[in-house]
Amino acid sequence: MLEHVVNGLVLGGTYALVAMGLTIQYGIARIMNLSFGDTIIAACFATYVLFSAFSISPLLALLILVPAGYGFSLVIYKVIMKPLVARAPDEGALEVDSILVTFGLLFVLQGVLLTLFGGGYNSYSFLNTPVNLLGTVVAGNRLLALVLSLLIGAVLVLTLYRTRWGMVLRAVALAPQSAPLFGIDTDRAARTAFAIGGAMAATGGVVVSMFQTFTATAGVVFTMKALIVVILGGKGSVPGAIVAGLLLGLVETFVAAYIDPGLTLAAVYTVFLLLLLVRPNGIFGKA
Amino acid sequence: MTMKTSFAFALAGLALVVLALAPLVLPDYWTGVLLGMTGYVTLATAWALFSGPTRYVSLATVAFFGVGAYTVAVLNEVMPYPLVLLCAAGIGMTMALLVGLSTLRLAGVYFVIFTFGLAELVRQTVSWWEVNVTYTMGRYVFLPFEGRHIYWQLLVLAAVTLLISWAIGRSRIGLALKALGDDETVAAHAGVDVTRIKLLLFVISATIITLVGAIQAPRWTYIEPSIVFNPTVSFMTLIMALLGGAMRLWGPLVGAVPLFLLFEWLSVSFPDHFSIILGLLFILIVFVMPNGVLAKFDDLRKGNRA
Repeated sequence: MLEHVVNGLVLGGTYALVAMGLTIQYGIARIMNLSFGDTIIAACFATYVLFSAFSISPLLALLILVPAGYGFSLVIYKVIMKPLVARAPDEGALEVDSILVTFGLLFVLQGVLLTLFGGGYNSYSFLNTPVNLLGTVVAGNRLLALVLSLLIGAVLVLTLYRTRWGMVLRAVALAPQSAPLFGIDTDRAARTAFAIGGAMAATGGVVVSMFQTFTATAGVVFTMKALIVVILGGKGSVPGAIVAGLLLGLVETFVAAYIDPGLTLAAVYTVFLLLLLVRPNGIFGKA
Repeated sequence: MTMKTSFAFALAGLALVVLALAPLVLPDYWTGVLLGMTGYVTLATAWALFSGPTRYVSLATVAFFGVGAYTVAVLNEVMPYPLVLLCAAGIGMTMALLVGLSTLRLAGVYFVIFTFGLAELVRQTVSWWEVNVTYTMGRYVFLPFEGRHIYWQLLVLAAVTLLISWAIGRSRIGLALKALGDDETVAAHAGVDVTRIKLLLFVISATIITLVGAIQAPRWTYIEPSIVFNPTVSFMTLIMALLGGAMRLWGPLVGAVPLFLLFEWLSVSFPDHFSIILGLLFILIVFVMPNGVLAKFDDLRKGNRA
């Protein structure tokens, strides 16, 4: 029982981590990014290559891949998203356009990964030593993943809620029309938010690759789960994403342990639908 | 019926006859191409039937398509073929009702997200069922059909779909739909039962898509979840409908025909980079023509090159 709670929290921690990135992109930059999961998978493969070919530890890989994720997303925003933002007459139109464009981007990223690495399962062994925690044995890499997720989540929450810079981002999320009246550069805020989201996706990828096998086509599932967490937590809410992410991890682990591992996705969907019907704006969302 | 409509009907009927006779003179390869093309014309038209006027972008085409194909794979040895098709349609309809009832009341973006994952959900559930309950992975379809038999069935379905689309466009529902597409809130206040109309269209569209999958199933002979739930199907349907213009009767057809030929050529010439090219093409389409080719033509004719 306790074992499942720990495993559930580890899994939930990574979901929370990646969902934070997506919720920032969606809440602040107003871009629904369907290629988010493929960015995560790309980071997984990058870590894999760095680790197996250059024997760079995943922790050091973070130092390379997080800025890379930031830069990559910044370029994507400037080249692809900016024209869409500029031409969109309202928020709904931007939502549809961004969904369609990132759907295309998903296929491009996936295609590149498939060409480079093929369609097989990949994994590497890092810090696979058993650690005793609260009477149950957990793999060291999983524990590290959880600690990293919580740490990064905490840093992000503190930045968003305790710094001036974070306040600017939150202002844009809350009132995109009024923010410019207070001298806020919304375009810059959106650009930064989208890039931070990309950096978070890269972080998520590094963390996930430490303890999970991954395939070039697994991006869709990650996007899906991150989206569900974002919606459950409430669009743009970082604390919501953390709570919903942990919840989703626990649900998955318990379903896998007590019902059937093959039904986890179905269970996640059921939770998603039920919560949507009861609270259409998410756990922390405002009506 | 006005002169113009009767003329259009006669022309469409003539085209249908020519297309139906084509396999008798064409070599098998080209019958196969026509078959695939008719399949996508039907898929794109059915997709646009719901997503065009409501602007609810459905990414779940392959979920229904795959369910149709899989139903045939499971039932083809147990019952006569027409009954199998009926079953497939029934299952697709039920699934669409369930999905529609639970998501169509919500904002459009929730619907998009739900449909985005639906294919994966259905695929995993079917795989789980096959592994744990029936102990089979992969099934064979043995039906005495050649390419042209499947093609004729698809041609009928395509004609029916276009007819439905035309009829809806002229009915009260079509009027309600136009209002709904312009502004959902206003439509609701004007007395349009928004959710019911959306549900009705979604069910019709999904049932047709399921049937396309069911009719095409014998083409594969061997079927397993990863083959019939291939997300590329959703993707191509979407591009075709968008390129041609999802708001027009002939739009999806105009988009599907050239794109299908292009994809056919691409998948033969660049099998390894197919999905990259597909993705780039898609991004390009969204950029250049957000309202589709036909709308672009209209713009050009009116002279306002926006």
